[in-house]
Amino acid sequence: MSNTNSTGRDAGTGLKATNRSMDRVQASLRRRYRAEKRFRAYGLISVVVGILFLFVLMASILAKGYPAFRQTFVTLDVYLDSAVIDPEGSRDPAVLRLADYKRLIRNSLQEIFPDASGRSERRKLVALISNGAPFQIQGLVMDEPSLVGQTLTLEFPASADLDMLMKGHIDRSLPEAERRLSDAQIGWVDKLVEQGRVHKRWNKALLSNGDSRDPEMAGIWGAVKGSFYMLVVTLVLSFPIGVAAAVYLEEFAPRNRWTDLIEININNLAAVPSIVFGLLGLAVFLNFFGMPRSAPLVGGLVLTVMTLPTVIISSRAALTSVPPSIREAALGMGASKMQATFHHVVPLAVPGMLTGTIIGMARALGESAPLLMIGMVAFIVDVPQGFTDPATALPVQIYLWADAPERAFVERTSAAILVLLAFLIAMNSLAIFLRRRFERRW
Amino acid sequence: MTASTLLLFVALLSAAGFLLGRKRALGIADAHGGVRSLHSLPGHYGLYTAIWVAIPALILLFVWQSLEPAILSELVSRELTAEMQELPPERVGLIMNDVKNLVAGNIVSGAVSPEISEAADQWLSLENTFRWIRTLLIAGLTGLGFLFAWRLIHPDLRARNRVERVVRGVLIACSTIAIFTTVGIVLSVLFESIRFFQYVPVTEFLFGLEWSPQTAIREDQVGGSGAFGAVPLFAGTLLIAGIAMLVAAPIGLMTAIFLSEYAPRAVRSVAKPLLEILAGIPTVVYGFFAALVVAPEIRGFGESLGMSVASESALAAGLVMGVMIIPFVSSLSDDVINAVPQAMRDGAYALGATKSETTRQVIFPAALPGIVGGLLLAVSRAIGETMIVVMAAGLSANLTANPLQAVTTVTVQIVTLLVGDQEFDSPKTLAAFALGLVLFIVTLILNVIALTVVRKYREQYE
Repeated sequence: MSNTNSTGRDAGTGLKATNRSMDRVQASLRRRYRAEKRFRAYGLISVVVGILFLFVLMASILAKGYPAFRQTFVTLDVYLDSAVIDPEGSRDPAVLRLADYKRLIRNSLQEIFPDASGRSERRKLVALISNGAPFQIQGLVMDEPSLVGQTLTLEFPASADLDMLMKGHIDRSLPEAERRLSDAQIGWVDKLVEQGRVHKRWNKALLSNGDSRDPEMAGIWGAVKGSFYMLVVTLVLSFPIGVAAAVYLEEFAPRNRWTDLIEININNLAAVPSIVFGLLGLAVFLNFFGMPRSAPLVGGLVLTVMTLPTVIISSRAALTSVPPSIREAALGMGASKMQATFHHVVPLAVPGMLTGTIIGMARALGESAPLLMIGMVAFIVDVPQGFTDPATALPVQIYLWADAPERAFVERTSAAILVLLAFLIAMNSLAIFLRRRFERRW
Repeated sequence: MTASTLLLFVALLSAAGFLLGRKRALGIADAHGGVRSLHSLPGHYGLYTAIWVAIPALILLFVWQSLEPAILSELVSRELTAEMQELPPERVGLIMNDVKNLVAGNIVSGAVSPEISEAADQWLSLENTFRWIRTLLIAGLTGLGFLFAWRLIHPDLRARNRVERVVRGVLIACSTIAIFTTVGIVLSVLFESIRFFQYVPVTEFLFGLEWSPQTAIREDQVGGSGAFGAVPLFAGTLLIAGIAMLVAAPIGLMTAIFLSEYAPRAVRSVAKPLLEILAGIPTVVYGFFAALVVAPEIRGFGESLGMSVASESALAAGLVMGVMIIPFVSSLSDDVINAVPQAMRDGAYALGATKSETTRQVIFPAALPGIVGGLLLAVSRAIGETMIVVMAAGLSANLTANPLQAVTTVTVQIVTLLVGDQEFDSPKTLAAFALGLVLFIVTLILNVIALTVVRKYREQYE
């Protein structure tokens, strides 16, 4: 810069002086252009770093997560031995429910591997099949008691360890003590594979079950439903309240201290850490109002309080973008202020408000910290059936699974993340679609 | 009737009230010489009736719902046997919990004694009576409201003004929720904090150097005295937030500059949404990535250089948090850079400055207040971020500046202290609220400064 200045100052003092400063400018140009290029490169690098990280993140989660959508199954011929299930032949549902179905599976496996003898051997053998398998037979028998005494060919989910072995996550070359499967177990698995009893199928359990301690039985449906109930509460409360607050602040509120206070509060609340809302929920909703722990209702309330500022801010932006001429025309036709607002201004602003609300909902769907505070981290197997049932949420389920030590849960965590991201992408696309389709530019 | 059916019932009655009110207005208008004689539109009379049907009933329902559990519990606990009454309040609370669980059909701790099951039966019968009273009261109130409005309907009734006044009141109420939320946060955190400071002096909490929140369950337990010096947590929080800002500030800023000053339109239209995706990814995903991918990488890399790296190093959490904040910093900086008037750029170009010189020496100083404001907001976000640190940073409260060691943060401790079933009078759980208070105050100060700076800055160029 100083070079440019000196050129200007020396302009009148003669050709020679100008030449000299021109020389100096020329000489510095290369340096300045290099600096220019460097600066540009820094910018480019920054953008590339950000995008690269995004791709690495996505690729890593995708690579880890997609195998979870396929699960290893083992086909076994199970003899539904009436001596085991119902020795007295009463076919009483209470007897059928309590029967030892695990033994049937053990018997069936022992037929294939007669060499496995002794308690611990047999236990290892049964450990290849999921703990959920007995319940599968139980369900069949309860529905159709006449099946007892027959031999059925059934497909059972393999245990998580077998599944991991088939997916190549258990290193056979490791010493036996460091593996989750013993040499004998691996031998059995190889034999099962040889007999064509092992195959991979679509993992229905992942999308339709509740949580479980056994990775192969664990699913996200409970969490998805919990998140759904929460979002319903959040939407039902935050949209009307947010719009009403925005309408008041934008159209009716007088400019005074009270209004300023409200505005400062809203802007500040938008930047308060989400965990603080969790503390609010814990102290006010749970301890003061005595609402149930772990309920989607309370989660929804906390998320409402959290997303409300976002909804208000975007709704206000939508209202400001409606030109004043609309209001003036309505008032000129004799409408009251309220009629002008609700009959003319608000309908025009609704697309913008909806867009903001959907984006707020998407953020609420991904939020987990405040939910940890109100007990939604509990281990809940049952799929919630209502707003007050104990439930967990999709991101919290991810957090819980990420903490689980089994290798198989890593896979399922990534799969759950993929499902969560799919929901988020769908919601954001809807918001973009609404904006493109309905928003008017004045 | 359950509360939700009652709600539906009131809504239906209110809709009926609307129709009847409108009809009545039209009928009266006929007697007075047509619709023109009405002060307001017939619909306004309908709305007026609907409001009178619904609002009093809803207020009653709300009050009832919030008081009922407390009253029920009080009534039932009074009926407990005398020996139960004499137990200390916590034990009575436990018994009442058992009763409630029995009523709700949940699992009860231990065997059900006859007294408890009797109390549960009593609870159920009382609840049943209460429900009947509630239904009758609400039905009566809707009827009274309807009659009141019905009698008032007259061509001279200023129904529109009255309805609009109610609507306005509702709007005001909705907009004050923000204030109630803030007050609620302050009160809830403050009360529990004050209780905490009765156990642990403020000075010890703020300046103590040791954090180990285990309190003794039994008197004779070893090592259970508990130390509540929060300095290691503050240091850990600042360390991780600092690393995050070291990543996010330069990258975010340069991204904003590149995208607004250099990038061709096509690049900008692709890169900007891509980077905004980073802002939309849930933090739990970042946490998972930090714990499972970044931390082992850093550890492996550090060990190949012969350094000892904790498996939950501050560096991993900080780096990933920094990436999470990049879009936040870049979009805020983008705003302020775009707010710098084009004339200033043109002036610099006219003097022969290159683009980077213009950016560094003209735009940057002009936008500096706004950028600083944006960075402060980003710091406040980094301090309050929870999931990444819960999953990727450790639990051990080390007072260290070494980013390769494990540190813990305020938010991590809040989560670990409060997750799981806790009694509410131990300093251990109350400590979480004290930490929450500190967190709230610090972020509040940062936010207020940042928002004021940004607003002042915007006004300067508008």
